[in-house]
Amino acid sequence: MCFTQSFWQLTISGLALGSVYALIALGYTLVYGVLQLINFAHSEVFMLGGFGGLFLIRGLGISNPSGFTSVALVIGGMLAGAVFGGVTAFVLERVAYRPLRRRGAPKLAFLISAIGASYFLLNLAGKEFGRFNNPMPSLYTSGEVFSVFGAQVTTNNLVIGSAAVVMLIALDRIIAKTRLGMGIRSVAQDAEAASLMGVDINKVITRTFIIGGLLAGVAGFLFGIQFGVQYNMGFSAGTKAFTAAVLGGIGNVRGAVLGGLVLGVAENLGVACVSSAWRDVIAFMILVLVLMVRPTGLLGERLGRSA
Amino acid sequence: MTTAATSGAPATSTWQGLQRWSRRDEVRRAVSLVALMVTLAVITGPSGTQTAPYSGLRGSLFASHAIPFYVLAVVLALVALFGGRWTAAAVAPVRQLRERGRGVVIPRYVKLIALVLLAVLLLYYPTTLTPFWQTVLVDQMGIYVLLAVGLNVVVGFAGLLDLGYIAFFAIGAYTTAYFTDKLPVHPPFVLNPFFIFPIAVGAALLAGVILGGPTLRLRGDYLAIVTLGFGEIVRITAVNSDSLTNGPQGAFGIPHFAAFGYKWTLDSLPYYYLLLGVVAAIVFFFSRLNNSRVGRAWAAIREDEVAAAATGIPTLKFKLMAFAIGASTSGFAGVIYASKVGFINPDNFPLLLSILVLTMVIFGGMGSIPGVILGAAVLGWLPNYLRDYVPAQDRFIYFGALLIVMMIFRPQGLLPSKRRSRELRLSELGVGGADAMGTIPGTDA
Repeated sequence: MCFTQSFWQLTISGLALGSVYALIALGYTLVYGVLQLINFAHSEVFMLGGFGGLFLIRGLGISNPSGFTSVALVIGGMLAGAVFGGVTAFVLERVAYRPLRRRGAPKLAFLISAIGASYFLLNLAGKEFGRFNNPMPSLYTSGEVFSVFGAQVTTNNLVIGSAAVVMLIALDRIIAKTRLGMGIRSVAQDAEAASLMGVDINKVITRTFIIGGLLAGVAGFLFGIQFGVQYNMGFSAGTKAFTAAVLGGIGNVRGAVLGGLVLGVAENLGVACVSSAWRDVIAFMILVLVLMVRPTGLLGERLGRSA
Repeated sequence: MTTAATSGAPATSTWQGLQRWSRRDEVRRAVSLVALMVTLAVITGPSGTQTAPYSGLRGSLFASHAIPFYVLAVVLALVALFGGRWTAAAVAPVRQLRERGRGVVIPRYVKLIALVLLAVLLLYYPTTLTPFWQTVLVDQMGIYVLLAVGLNVVVGFAGLLDLGYIAFFAIGAYTTAYFTDKLPVHPPFVLNPFFIFPIAVGAALLAGVILGGPTLRLRGDYLAIVTLGFGEIVRITAVNSDSLTNGPQGAFGIPHFAAFGYKWTLDSLPYYYLLLGVVAAIVFFFSRLNNSRVGRAWAAIREDEVAAAATGIPTLKFKLMAFAIGASTSGFAGVIYASKVGFINPDNFPLLLSILVLTMVIFGGMGSIPGVILGAAVLGWLPNYLRDYVPAQDRFIYFGALLIVMMIFRPQGLLPSKRRSRELRLSELGVGGADAMGTIPGTDA
């Protein structure tokens, strides 16, 4: 096989990339759960989260940090990304979704207004922040931490992976245990019945968007550490994250995580076999194949069930 | 909160009063008007630069540029808050006129005269234009009108969202390049582009059926993302297959049409008349189709797919038919484009273009052929008219905003089809779906 030499190396970087996809995929899956709708503008939430983190790091302007400063910077960047992502998602829901929901618009109208919002945000970011790649200032000296099967695990992989794992576990618990999680699940199961039981649907939907935005914002920052932040970085990452959500079974929180990891690894191995120019094609082919063979995804659709 | 309300603590009641006040319609309207003005100030302001990423925002919000927007914001907010009676009085005559206009039947001869006048205008007016505008008329408006009329069958008639529509356009254009021997791979026989129409339409149709066959079984929103993926696959394949499509360089020197002893040249006018004829024929065909059994099946599917299937309509067949008709129209347009412009490369077929055509269809009025033509013509003309005022890269900010605003305030478009606007009204009341995408749960909550 073409990837035998560096199989483990590719798998490890694929897992790191996949956990970023998983974080974005959760936003798609959660919103799909409550609205049965693909949030086309979610990729822009991810992009603006990346810019949020970038601006904080740049604003602080600490050069060559180490030790505690590095940790604080990473956490600070994640928080800034989360705030940007959360606010963007909130505004998005208010402007592009809620007026339509109030009018009972058809589903096509929602998709189109989401596409509009996506293009608006994408090009506005391009206009304001420039249409080029903004590398993230170095937060730590990335190097090999330890090796697995002869493949090195870098600080980058470790930071991205561990941040993702912490957030995924937290989200899983929120959905399973809290009142908000119960609200989200009830709306996903049957919005009308939930509202009859006294669940404030609008509030639940807003908060679902915000949770998705927080996760996507953090993902944007983590992605930015490795690849830099660019106004159009959302499109391919967003479509892949959506692929991941479908792959795992849309509406299924754990499925989205699994889908993200599988897609990240598959993409990396696929790139090793052909060439990096075909990276996006690989992800789209996986999406088309999954939808044809198993439209409910690996773990099946599970709207409104905890875990 | 509830206990505080019952005990009536003054601090809480002020807060609650504020909350209640902020929920009032006129307050919401005022707030959104202010937000709109600030947004406008930002999108019309200067751009950020590489060295100073915030300079764009600073220049648009904290500089003299912003002052008129802020003044307008204050005025509009005050009108929204306190001018309810005046605005109602100002809108009243318009409302009356609209009410009076409803139900008025325009006599047949008036329609006929208007149609003849329009035909004369369409035939004569372009000859008076400068070459630049003649080129715009063909490359930016005519081609898009053709594309939009085709996409209208998919989105407007059948209610399916196709985001990879430009892929079929690319297939048509590359088929033309192949059969005129302008690609690294050589065709079995070389043809003039005029005779490639059937082949290109067949290729696009085939691609449409291959893509649509499996995916049209899925839920509607999956179709959107799969077609989007397909569009990107076609584009990336065109970029990466150097030996097949000549990669990013694309194909050069595709000849102009030549048929029946007539040769098209660099001059845009002959292409205009060709397009005019093609669009007229296609419009005739599509409107007949829409008023036939097929059109009624499409309407049934978009209004309620389950009910349509239950009454015996083979929904998959009709959805596939709409999808394939759209794809072949797009392929047809691709041939004209390739021959007119003479060179193509993958950059001519970005996802943006699919979105742009979709915007035209929605802007004009989904499902209404005159509306779609008007939408495509206006949106094709506008950027060229604005080229001195708005940077080309910023155009999509306005398109994005336009899509949202249209969906909120006029989802039926400029010249809506009667049936479509009735569906949208019914959908607001919670009856039917108005597209083949299923309904949003809790929309009327």
